[in-house]
Amino acid sequence: MTRRFPSSNVSGFLDQIFIQGKQLLLSWLAGAPDWTVQTASSLINIFALLAVFLTLFALMSVLERKILGRMQNRYGPNRVGPFGLFQPVADGIKMLIKEDIVPARADKIVHFLAPILIAATAILALGVIPYGRNMTPFAIDGGILFFFAVGSTTELAVFMAGWGSNNKFSMLGAMRAIAQMISYELPLIIVTLPVVMIVGSLSPDAIVAVQSNYWFVLTPWGAVAFILFFVSGLVESNRTPFDVPEGESEIVAGHMTEYSGFKYATFFMAEYIGMFAISGLAVTLFLGGWHAPIGGLEFIPSYIWFFSKLGALLFVYIWIRGTLPRTRIDQIMNFAWKFMLPMAFTCIIAAAVWHYGGRGLAGWLWSLAVIAVIYFILSMLLDTRKKFATRTYRFAE
Amino acid sequence: MNSVAFIVIAILTLAAALSAAALPKLIHAALSFAMTFVGIAAFFFLLDAEFVGLVQIFVYIGAVAVLIVFTILLTRRDIEKDRGFNWSGVVVAVAVFGGLIWAVLKSQSLAIPAPQIPPLTVKRIGEVLMTDYVWPLQCAGLVLTAALIGALILVMEEKR
Repeated sequence: MTRRFPSSNVSGFLDQIFIQGKQLLLSWLAGAPDWTVQTASSLINIFALLAVFLTLFALMSVLERKILGRMQNRYGPNRVGPFGLFQPVADGIKMLIKEDIVPARADKIVHFLAPILIAATAILALGVIPYGRNMTPFAIDGGILFFFAVGSTTELAVFMAGWGSNNKFSMLGAMRAIAQMISYELPLIIVTLPVVMIVGSLSPDAIVAVQSNYWFVLTPWGAVAFILFFVSGLVESNRTPFDVPEGESEIVAGHMTEYSGFKYATFFMAEYIGMFAISGLAVTLFLGGWHAPIGGLEFIPSYIWFFSKLGALLFVYIWIRGTLPRTRIDQIMNFAWKFMLPMAFTCIIAAAVWHYGGRGLAGWLWSLAVIAVIYFILSMLLDTRKKFATRTYRFAE
Repeated sequence: MNSVAFIVIAILTLAAALSAAALPKLIHAALSFAMTFVGIAAFFFLLDAEFVGLVQIFVYIGAVAVLIVFTILLTRRDIEKDRGFNWSGVVVAVAVFGGLIWAVLKSQSLAIPAPQIPPLTVKRIGEVLMTDYVWPLQCAGLVLTAALIGALILVMEEKR
């Protein structure tokens, strides 16, 4: 792997400070066999990833409550530490000392393994995202594919949670969660395709490198793909308005019903880590990764740009949670298959039009035209405003 | 290093495969089977066939394993039942294994050293799929589309 160090000025030093630190740590191992250095390098990456994202998880859990509180005209947590910032510590201790209840009729091994698997897959997905210049923890050629491959394992983990609990609410909740995850994985992957096709590589680093001049979100297909990706990301991480796997009045807490104490906290953490991963991939694919918006701002270190974009996306997640009510499961499914999927395919066509239109203004306008035409056709076909029919309840028969 | 990794992965894969065959509860067997898929993907990674390994995880764990557990869940009423040891299955398995071992040992093509192949990148796979193997690819696409439409028709509400 080539390590490109920018000029040795202050901003270049700040930009590469973590890489330099890692090299310094590894230099102690000079002369050791090759595989020890490799293992140590991987371990440093893993520790850094876990430290950063577990801190971010703690911060996010308190910020979410603060921001939601502000949106609902109340204070939110403000007792523990300055501005309630130590709330996650208190929550963590509470979760640790809670009783761990395993149902008597549960499938003990499966019940135990499910939270581990779900957290492990969520953390694995973080490994391929470029967090800054030269700062991809595990730069593999098929990074995007790795991300989705690992993400698809989550479904099995959710099934294990639902099955292992031996509870009808758990199983129903798991089936709902799996149904919506499988349905939205399709648009999620298909809107990634135009980016991969335009760049010609599945490597996240290559995708970020291409976006040094313009971000893909600035093209019509990129903007549409970004919105579709974001919505699919909301579903994949079970966030409002698509948090139907949880429903207090109908299926309690879905596949998490029979989990308490630290196992429940693990599910909670996996949900947030998954949210970070999918937002990080959205930043990488459409928002230029760690690149600054304009060339003049490149003096600010690349990882600061990445994490401010990530923070902005996470704020939108919280904002949506504070704004929208929960949707019905059949509405979610209809939306996936009848709207998201055709629009995702449209993105591929629009990206092709943009590419063969010379990637200039003409291609930009043509691609916009393709998207607009298909959008209007779709919205006319799906328009149900004037056709009220008697409501049928497919799930309550 | 590679041979140590090979042995570790082989032990894990075989153990998972064995438990998939021997575990009394069907769901446990299905989950061990998924574990076997992970082991096979690890072998592909060990052989530097990154793309195939990722597709293995993607398709077999993300889709096939989920399909298997759902099939078990939705079709059988006696999932919890402890089914005894199936001796006829053992006989068939040993016969198949013996046949395969015999074929492998008799094979002449293993004596040839592996040719040097340039590293297989995702880009190269894509190019070959779109040029040399475009007809098989299109046929597979057609079959999958037909399957998708068929599944939709099966679950479509009947008009009353």
